[in-house]
Amino acid sequence: MISKLSLQHITRQYVSRTGTTVALDDVSFEVAQGEFLMLVGPSGCGKSTLLAIAAGLDKPDGGTAEMNGKTIAGPGPDRGLVFQDGALFPWLNVQRNVEFGMRQQGLSSQVIRERSQRYLSLVNLSKFSGRYVHELSGGMRQRVAIARALAMEPEVLLMDEPFSALDAITREDLYVELQLILDRTGTTVLFVTHNVREAVTLGDRVILLSPRPGRIQSEFTVDIKRPRHIDDPDVARLAQQISFAMKGGASYYNQEEVDDYDENLS
Amino acid sequence: MMRIYRRLTFFIALIGVWAWVAQLKVWDPTLFPSPMQVGQSLWGSILDHSLLDATAVSLRRVLLGYFISMAIGVPLGIMLARNAVLEDTIGALVAGFQSLPSICWLPLALLWFGLNDSAILFVVVMGSLVSITVAVQDGVKNLPPGYVRVARTMGVKPFAMVTQVLLPASLPAILTGAKLGWAYAWRALMSGELLFVSFGLGHSLMMGRELADMSQVMSVMAVIIALGLLTDRAIFGVLESRVRERFGLNGA
Repeated sequence: MISKLSLQHITRQYVSRTGTTVALDDVSFEVAQGEFLMLVGPSGCGKSTLLAIAAGLDKPDGGTAEMNGKTIAGPGPDRGLVFQDGALFPWLNVQRNVEFGMRQQGLSSQVIRERSQRYLSLVNLSKFSGRYVHELSGGMRQRVAIARALAMEPEVLLMDEPFSALDAITREDLYVELQLILDRTGTTVLFVTHNVREAVTLGDRVILLSPRPGRIQSEFTVDIKRPRHIDDPDVARLAQQISFAMKGGASYYNQEEVDDYDENLS
Repeated sequence: MMRIYRRLTFFIALIGVWAWVAQLKVWDPTLFPSPMQVGQSLWGSILDHSLLDATAVSLRRVLLGYFISMAIGVPLGIMLARNAVLEDTIGALVAGFQSLPSICWLPLALLWFGLNDSAILFVVVMGSLVSITVAVQDGVKNLPPGYVRVARTMGVKPFAMVTQVLLPASLPAILTGAKLGWAYAWRALMSGELLFVSFGLGHSLMMGRELADMSQVMSVMAVIIALGLLTDRAIFGVLESRVRERFGLNGA
């Protein structure tokens, strides 16, 4: 296994007036080249902190974070980031948003134009290239944010609950779309979510984190044929297993409870 | 359209009440002139060019002071918001000056620059610079952190971060600062002109007082109000609605 990202023995704590919170306690994992790895856990398990460390936006108090065998010193265009709220620039139109990072890299205008068109059509938004952010729906905004990150052609895509603010129908469309896109680009993905079924639908592997302090609780390999749909029985079965593990093995559960639990964890 | 009629009706009614109270002659007409007298005075000062000259002098001063304030205040506000050392030092100083009415600078300015336009200019700049700086600083501090984080992962260099991310992102805040700065510049100028002999609209107000000509005082006040409304609606109003539309801040 060629490791793209490697986080070893990561610890991170936050000191505030009310005391010290241990967000991460000795967390180690690797993401293989081309792998789609999901970090799942309830709030407070430090999953977003792990992503920020991989992005180079946060520094661990202990342990090492490496990309291609080199210590991550700060953010860089080799790691694209997609947030929950997209963080698109409202003063630029869709095309300019997608082109923004490439312009910063000083790519030739021909490459910039070609790539922005390619990735906008990949997320099915070619017709909307001239629109401004406030004219788009939530789902369209997230697709622009994904196109913007992909257009940089990063080695790793870091996604921090990118679909959690969307309605269920839009989200399910994007699950399929994202799988098809990544199938074509072969990008390595580290994806953070609190939604277990989302994790199983999208991931090659799911790492379950437990909260306070954040630790790896268990790990699951998702061996289900792609493209997967969130309603596939195999997906539901594995999701149920993971939810069961997350709840610490409650003696009784049924599917509705698991669903409610997924929805309410945030 | 409805709103225009509503406003027109209100102001016409207000002038009507004023005319009615004035003709009751409760107060001496020289102290409480009627709308007609004020109108005549206004018309007279337009005909003999004194109003236009005074307005030109005042506008030139306020515009110059305002542009200096904007040129310093916008970059200063961004720097204060982005740099903790500057915020704790210069930022604290600016916050302190904010509680000082700008006219308090006049005695110093007169000693430093003498009885001339530079002293007035200094007072105007001290008035608007501080409010512009603070408004821009607040705006930049309250930006969603996602913009900067995403920009950093896209490899944005420090200078481009300011010109291509922070500056456009804080456009709504800069506009607020620009609006406040204009109001403060205008106030500072009027108090400056009232306090020392120097032409301009403030000076015309004082002349009216010294000649016991309340019609002149009121006509100059009307001009000052009209200029304020005009810049607020015609310039800032248009800019603001454009920015609000672009940022999707309208509606609902």
